[in-house]
Amino acid sequence: MPESYAYYPGCSGLGTSREYELSTRKVCQALDLELREIPDWSCCGSSPAHTVDHVFSSALAARNLALVEEMGLETVITPCPSCLTNLKVAAWRMQEESFLQEVNQYLEQPCKNQVQVKSVLQALVEDVSLSRIKEQVQNPLKGLKIAPYYGCIMNRPPGIMDFDDPENPTAMDQILKALGAQVVDFPLKVECCGASYGIPRQEVVLHLSGKLLDLARVQGADALAVPCPLCQMNLDMRQNQINSFLQQDFQLPVFYYTQLMGMAFGLEHKELGLDKLCVDPLPALNRAKQRQAEEQEERARKQKQRQANQSSAPARSASE
Amino acid sequence: MRIGVFVCHCGSNIADNVEVARAAQTSLLYPDVTFATDMMYTCSEAGQSGIEQAVQEHSLDGVVVAACTPKMHEPTFRRAVERAGLNRYMFEMVNIREHASWISKDKEKNTRKAQELIHMAVEKLRQNSALTPKYFEINKRVLIIGAGIAGIQAALDCAEGGLEVLLLEKESTIGGKMAKLDKTFPTVDCSSCILSPKMVDVSLHPNITLYAYSELEQLSGYVGNYQATIRRKATYVDWDKCTGCGRCMEKCPSKKARDHFNEDLTRTTAINIPFPQAIPKRAKIDANHCLKLLKDKCGICEEVCPTQAIDYNMQDELVTAEVGAVITSTGFDLFDHSKYGEYGGGRYQDVITSMQYERLLNASGPTGGAIQRPSDGKEPKKVVFVQCVGSRDKSVDRPYCSGFCCMYTAKQAILTKDHLPESESFVFYMDIRAPGKQYDEFTRRAIEEYGTRYVRGRVAQIYPYGEGLMVRGVDTLMGCQVEVEADLVVLAVGAECSKEAPALAEKLRISTDQHGFFTESHPKLRPVETNTAGIFLAGACQGPKDIPSSVGQGSAAAAKILALFSKDMLESDPQVAQVNLPRCIGCGKCIRICPFGAIQEVQDRAGQPKAEVIETVCQGCGLCEVTCPQSAIQLNHCTDNQILAEVNALCPPKTEESFE
Amino acid sequence: MDPLRLDSLYDTQFVQEVKKESGQDPALCYQCGNCTAGCPYTFVYDLPVHQIMRLLQAGHKERILSSRSLWLCATCQSCTTRCPNNIDVAQIMDVLRHMARRQGYFTEKSVVRFQDSFLKSVKNHGRVFELGVMLGYILRTGRFWTDMELGPKMAFKGKLSPKPHGIKGKQEVVKIYHKFMGGPQ
Repeated sequence: MPESYAYYPGCSGLGTSREYELSTRKVCQALDLELREIPDWSCCGSSPAHTVDHVFSSALAARNLALVEEMGLETVITPCPSCLTNLKVAAWRMQEESFLQEVNQYLEQPCKNQVQVKSVLQALVEDVSLSRIKEQVQNPLKGLKIAPYYGCIMNRPPGIMDFDDPENPTAMDQILKALGAQVVDFPLKVECCGASYGIPRQEVVLHLSGKLLDLARVQGADALAVPCPLCQMNLDMRQNQINSFLQQDFQLPVFYYTQLMGMAFGLEHKELGLDKLCVDPLPALNRAKQRQAEEQEERARKQKQRQANQSSAPARSASE
Repeated sequence: MRIGVFVCHCGSNIADNVEVARAAQTSLLYPDVTFATDMMYTCSEAGQSGIEQAVQEHSLDGVVVAACTPKMHEPTFRRAVERAGLNRYMFEMVNIREHASWISKDKEKNTRKAQELIHMAVEKLRQNSALTPKYFEINKRVLIIGAGIAGIQAALDCAEGGLEVLLLEKESTIGGKMAKLDKTFPTVDCSSCILSPKMVDVSLHPNITLYAYSELEQLSGYVGNYQATIRRKATYVDWDKCTGCGRCMEKCPSKKARDHFNEDLTRTTAINIPFPQAIPKRAKIDANHCLKLLKDKCGICEEVCPTQAIDYNMQDELVTAEVGAVITSTGFDLFDHSKYGEYGGGRYQDVITSMQYERLLNASGPTGGAIQRPSDGKEPKKVVFVQCVGSRDKSVDRPYCSGFCCMYTAKQAILTKDHLPESESFVFYMDIRAPGKQYDEFTRRAIEEYGTRYVRGRVAQIYPYGEGLMVRGVDTLMGCQVEVEADLVVLAVGAECSKEAPALAEKLRISTDQHGFFTESHPKLRPVETNTAGIFLAGACQGPKDIPSSVGQGSAAAAKILALFSKDMLESDPQVAQVNLPRCIGCGKCIRICPFGAIQEVQDRAGQPKAEVIETVCQGCGLCEVTCPQSAIQLNHCTDNQILAEVNALCPPKTEESFE
Repeated sequence: MDPLRLDSLYDTQFVQEVKKESGQDPALCYQCGNCTAGCPYTFVYDLPVHQIMRLLQAGHKERILSSRSLWLCATCQSCTTRCPNNIDVAQIMDVLRHMARRQGYFTEKSVVRFQDSFLKSVKNHGRVFELGVMLGYILRTGRFWTDMELGPKMAFKGKLSPKPHGIKGKQEVVKIYHKFMGGPQ
């Protein structure tokens, strides 16, 4: 594991995905993962930039990669898949010398394209390791049924993103299991939620995100876990709009997976920004606790039954 | 020498881009060339007799023909010069078609190149010596590896032709893939019904020795004189005593062994007979699941066997056999669809392969011929067939078409309607390939008579939805996305080479293409021969094909062998390596470099180590000649001097003046 | 529906441009439709993506560049991931969108204006000012009701900054814009 990573928070971390930023930092701190924020980082351009021009988009990203090089660090990690895509695709395109030179013409400080780009999720699974994450768990999320939703671009296209399976990624599943949660099968793991069409074409998001919430409910999930600010926004912030649109009442909280990690690590809910979620997570969490309690009761009852059935044999004391 | 040069027009093929007449004329300037002419079609009867005449009239003792590729007509012209009374190796062929005319339109450059090539050939010919082939005895037994329909056919044809056949099969029963099928297209014949008679014939034919549950361990030697080492794998049952009664299967407590014959739809007992019509109908024990072999417990089958056939101490047995020729008819494997993550990657129970579906349809299968969903055993109402899974797909390294999936899918759709009249079947296809006799009519029957819904478009994703499966595809002809809620999805998986194919190719010293299918001598004209003398191909191991084609190739391979063995002695090619004993220092480098094991170490009269070429094994590749530090080993007809003569003709050594 | 003149309609320059900019070869496409089958946005497209590929093979520039589909593609990579011929379809859609922009085909105006607002915000501050993007969009489109109820909710939860987060190196970002759009260096 590298000593420290360069950290690219992404613009939404300052606003609409504030809780993702908070919980990511807290969790990394708990795991001794040092994040060094790129000083004076600028927007990667997100989707709008790459729909305009590829050199332009890569230049916006490359400015930040040059800053990482200046920091003397080899790896930059980011929590947001859109930032991840832009930085990674820029690095990938710049492998071609002519493209690198063209991009550098736009930049104050030329980029050497020596930086490796990863998601925070990848760093957690590959560099920190699941066993270390498991060690940190104080309050396992027993009884909580989570539908893991990855979003469309974190693992695709596989040739560039180069992490996890593009049709059935399992990195987040594994973390959730290490936290003690129950991961439900979610076949639409990588199906797009509507992306940035929420403002200009709202019904697109309502339709696509609605499909995801519907499936999560059909699969029996209490909540969803996501690694993407835009997905989270579409599923959580717009859940009321989706409910009206589809005449439903989903009541499915949408956690950032780092918030769940923080909860399992025993960190303060306020520090993880749980109060910032639009759909109240408490009912789901309570339901999970209740379910867990009921299951334990059931198990204890069955244990007593088994002992009663063996009454012909010398009675044994119930092991507590 | 008196050399004659003949330059061919090849119609306009060469003459359009090379000044053939001029090339012929200038060759008269080369040393020892006493006759030169150009001809319209040298390979024609007129052309050939023209050469023969010229040899007679001008007392020629060497011939150069400048024409097409030697691969085409070198044998033709060699025979022609032989008829004219010369040794066939006093002939050189120059390629001025593929190497000049077909490359460039620049007539001047082409002609100059043709002249240079002819000059090189003349200089080589001046270094040639007459070579005489030897003759050697042959063994007329045939080894056939793989007893699927192609191997069975080949075995029967060879046996009927009077040859002794040794038939190997790696499974415990013969029949291959065809034995697993329910019905066959386009006749909807019951597969076992048409296959069994042939299987029985094989088991009864006096000329055929069947080694089932056996594999080829090693093959050495050369055409007509091969030594095969065969591993007869341990079945732990003495097949001389076993009657195939099946009592052991009834009593065996270990029921979790993999059922390969039923495509892993169920598990089977550790001791088993694959299916009722198996030949040989003998039991075998799966050592991975037998309690006795693993933990020394149980032993029930030994107790109940009425003929005391069980032998837990059995070991693999290696036997050797001497054969004269080999046919490999090892068939194919089916594509592993777990590569398609979008179809569930193998996780969904109700997404099955076509072969698994075939076992469900088959009355001897795990459900007795009832179509049931593997997940809950219910009858499906809607079945979706997805074609081209692992075929025509560059993204999974299977760019080729497997050739039979369109046909078997139509068949399966028809059979589904027969079994379940209330059901509805959908077939997602990109194209329909139905080239054989009655094939296209058959696929139309599936649509017109049986009401199968054919949808032109691929399937992007299959995922569980409630009790069923959601199939997301497209109808490109209607131009829209489509969805079907299916109860069962059947993937028409494509053919790929069998897993053991690359290893077998090495043992037999034959080539495979980049997909692992064995390479034939010529894709159009020599489909059942390989470039290794005495090794023939039949069936799907050469490339995916249907049953009629496999049967045809089985017979074709048999015919080749019957022709090969119609003589009692075979001619050996004299273009082999030879060792100049005085020059040889016995370093052994050539022995180590020879890929065919054709060189051995011997001792001369002084007890010094020397190399000796086994002429009948040598394939004339020339690696030894290049490797020898003493130039002691030379390849006949391609010696160092002959090659240097060509080089000197092309790049004449500089004269004194250049060394100023 | 008039017949399409396949021979005269084919715009060679257009096809060459798309091939060069995207690095993809439309000849590899055998129209299996897998891209459309998996595309989540087909339901709002006027032309499904496999038909755009077909039109590209026919060199029919006008029909492609004037379509809505180009603007509604989210480059979610479903098509690229699943294409059996390894064609990067999402890349082709992106490039076609670039060309639509350059040549003035703004068929989905609200989408264009959203993208413009976003990019303007980045240019102004160096980082996205979410409230600013929203306001800019509303002003450009006149859709005052857009997400009206969301604003107060997000602000209350502290997720909507009233002020932009500027950066010191803002001029460097501006330089990128100018270099691209040809403004003062």
